[in-house]
Amino acid sequence: MNAIEIKNLTKVFPGGKRAIDDVTLTIKEGEFFALLGPNGAGKTTTINVLTGLVPKTEGEVLVFGESISKNHTYIKSLIGIVPQEFNFGIFETLIDIVVTQAGFYGVKRKDALIRAEEVLKKLSLWEKRNDQARTLSGGMKRRLMIARALMHDPKILILDEPTAGVDVELRRDMWVFLEELNKKGVTILLTTHYLEEAEQLCKNMAVIQLGKVIAEGAIKELVSGQETQLFVVDIIGTISDDNLKALEIFLPKKVDDNTFEILISTAHSLTDFFDICKVSGIRPMSIRPKSNRLEEFFITLTQK
Amino acid sequence: MNFFRTQYVAYVTMMRREYIRIVRIWAQTLLPPLITTGLYFLIFGKLIGSQVGGIAGFSYMQYIAPGLILMSLATAAFTNVVFSFYFSKFQRSLEEVLVAPVHPFTIVLGFVSGGVMRALLVTLLSILMMLFFIPLSVASVSAVLFFSLGTALLFSLGGMINAIYANKIDSLSIFSTFILTPLTYFGGVFYSLALLPELWQKLSYLNPVMYLINGFRYGFLGVSDVSIWVCVSVLSGLIIVAVLWLLMLFKQGRGLKI
Repeated sequence: MNAIEIKNLTKVFPGGKRAIDDVTLTIKEGEFFALLGPNGAGKTTTINVLTGLVPKTEGEVLVFGESISKNHTYIKSLIGIVPQEFNFGIFETLIDIVVTQAGFYGVKRKDALIRAEEVLKKLSLWEKRNDQARTLSGGMKRRLMIARALMHDPKILILDEPTAGVDVELRRDMWVFLEELNKKGVTILLTTHYLEEAEQLCKNMAVIQLGKVIAEGAIKELVSGQETQLFVVDIIGTISDDNLKALEIFLPKKVDDNTFEILISTAHSLTDFFDICKVSGIRPMSIRPKSNRLEEFFITLTQK
Repeated sequence: MNFFRTQYVAYVTMMRREYIRIVRIWAQTLLPPLITTGLYFLIFGKLIGSQVGGIAGFSYMQYIAPGLILMSLATAAFTNVVFSFYFSKFQRSLEEVLVAPVHPFTIVLGFVSGGVMRALLVTLLSILMMLFFIPLSVASVSAVLFFSLGTALLFSLGGMINAIYANKIDSLSIFSTFILTPLTYFGGVFYSLALLPELWQKLSYLNPVMYLINGFRYGFLGVSDVSIWVCVSVLSGLIIVAVLWLLMLFKQGRGLKI
């Protein structure tokens, strides 16, 4: 079953700004779906239409087969939202924030307190439950937003840049948590600027630019169409002009005396590169992708 | 999902949050109206009032007490809703309730009830404070209840309407400073209409707040400058107008969308 079906969705703001232009998307139940796009592409507006914060201008949005135009109150009960910006009362305690949110979804206080303990413990926030939200670190505030969104046990979780400004360790912990959640059957829609995050977590994605979907499908298939990938090579010794000439089929670009970049295309493999190195007396010490394939796909696509 | 059960739980949750907020910042929500009312009461009632003498068979302090209470009640109701709603929009914490399956009517009811709750708390505390200075009897319990609840409701609705129109923080105080305060002062809090020259008496009949003050005063003292039924009609009419105004705003899509 499709969890979310967006058909020809258009949103024109007063003043004429067309934030979403004829967007069509399908997200299946249980999927971990990435919605990518540069700043101002229309990702947050799409999410805001889904959650009822912004009324649509045209088109249709179905959630588990129900239209948001006809039954938005019911649909809202199926969705948990983690917005981009912190939007809780900073003077409220953590326990009040999450229990209040549950109340807005019709969860009685007695049940909400039990659920709050479960969710806050899972997100390592239980010890802080009686602290005001303003005293939390940035990472804790992000986790609080996730905890709050999970209080009513939603079938769909929408995460709008959930790991923005979060350190690497915490980001990876959050990935594990979200993967577990997805395995339990929660459909997850993720927007992120960290393409590595999308590649790690999601199977399918859509890229949106200037309000239009410009690519959609399985991440593996989309990035496999990439014809080139940029690598950074560190070598033992100093790079000479002769070295660069020997490697010219890889369009080498010197970074410093010991480092250069090469472009591996579908016509030449890394084995070819190492063969040439061996013949030319170049001794690679390390080689790493400059960016991941999804990142290159994204840049190629959005710069067209 | 049972729709009505969800709305009930959401409403109770909103009320609880509002109560916690009011009590948490009691020095801003409950104390200032008490101090203001107390000062008015001491200065106008005790110091100047002792020179004025009685009105309609009551001491001047007794006569102005209901009007002062109503003034605090109206200000508390209006201020609570206008600030609570505006800052919820400003901080974006309003989104918490907007993304949830809460009907717009429940949201409005929640905010308005918060205003009524604070107004009634202020009223209760004001009455308790005044009892230290004067005996305050109740002539008509139903009139006291109707005019306290009705005025709190009216000014809470007014606060909501003001907050919806407000697009900057300065706009929050325009209504209360330039309309509400003058109407209240000229509404007969400190005097009986009978003491005014004829022209001012006639002008006072155009002031809607005068009817609310007289109705409330009737509840405590059993005296009013105008018929109690006119007061009841004016308050009921104003509430209906405010409700219709709010409904029109929501129909236009203003207020609860970002």
